[in-house]
Amino acid sequence: MTEQRQPPIIQLGVASMVLIVAAGITLVSHLPNAVPLAVPWILLAASAAALVANAFLLTRIEGFAWARFTTVAKWTLAAYTVTAGMLEYTFIRNHTSGGPLVVLTLSLVVYAINVPVLVAYTVAHYVPED
Amino acid sequence: MAAAAPPAHGPPHVVPARVPDSIVPLRGLPIVGVVFALLIVAIASDKLWPLEFFHVAAGALWTGIDLFLGLVLGPILGSMAVPSRIELTRRLMPKLALIMPVLVTCTLAAGWQLGLHLGTVDSAYMNHDWIVASYIVVGVMAVIALAVLEPANIAVLFELRKENPNGMVIGKLMKRFIYTAGITGVMQIATLVIMTKVAIG
Repeated sequence: MTEQRQPPIIQLGVASMVLIVAAGITLVSHLPNAVPLAVPWILLAASAAALVANAFLLTRIEGFAWARFTTVAKWTLAAYTVTAGMLEYTFIRNHTSGGPLVVLTLSLVVYAINVPVLVAYTVAHYVPED
Repeated sequence: MAAAAPPAHGPPHVVPARVPDSIVPLRGLPIVGVVFALLIVAIASDKLWPLEFFHVAAGALWTGIDLFLGLVLGPILGSMAVPSRIELTRRLMPKLALIMPVLVTCTLAAGWQLGLHLGTVDSAYMNHDWIVASYIVVGVMAVIALAVLEPANIAVLFELRKENPNGMVIGKLMKRFIYTAGITGVMQIATLVIMTKVAIG
């Protein structure tokens, strides 16, 4: 386990998750009425920005266990794509469409990428060697 | 006075858990596939009983397991000796890594469809505030579980695959697991309050 100071990957990941969950709650709490999309879009954009910032910070870590990170991220992404797909299916099944569907779909995409990044980073950080 | 006879059997022999070939038990994956297939059928059919079954059964298991882990097993785990903790973790965590995401997905997907079927997710529903409160509770639990608890759980499983697991790493990650399991356990009480309120209308 490395003791050097690490960038705030977990904190940014949690912030991204909080923003995406807030976007989802804001949106679904208005359904099936017309949904004001400005707030969900802002929250989604902020969440995606945190995710991108995390990706940038990851590339700056010296000696990071990329092989371990990639292995874990790949499988976790596969698993969370399935769960995100199930949730997407329920929205499509119920004729959610237009702006709300786009926001919900992008939110699920951010969720399905964010969780694997957090899991893979934690594993690669604490258990780097094979 | 005769010396005490040695016990007929020695102290109970602890068989260390075998290091698994994979992080999650692969034998469970076909079961997950069947459960998800049935969930899709339940949502597609939009029939009350299958939706109620998936939402209530999976939700009850999710709540029960969270409460048990957070308020019963977590504190016990925290007080166990490190080798015992490792043994229990090695046996328990792979199963939880498979079971919990399935339960959460079934509860939420079937719950959303059920809410549409019953009209409880409609913003005109009389208990809409309670429904939004349930979204917030689930959202907070999801963030804690997915961003903090699950990564710690998976990292512990990787560490345990080593021939000589580092007790310090496991202890640090398990502390994170125990605290977050406790928080989600307490939050599940809020879920029980909200869901029973919604159920009576």
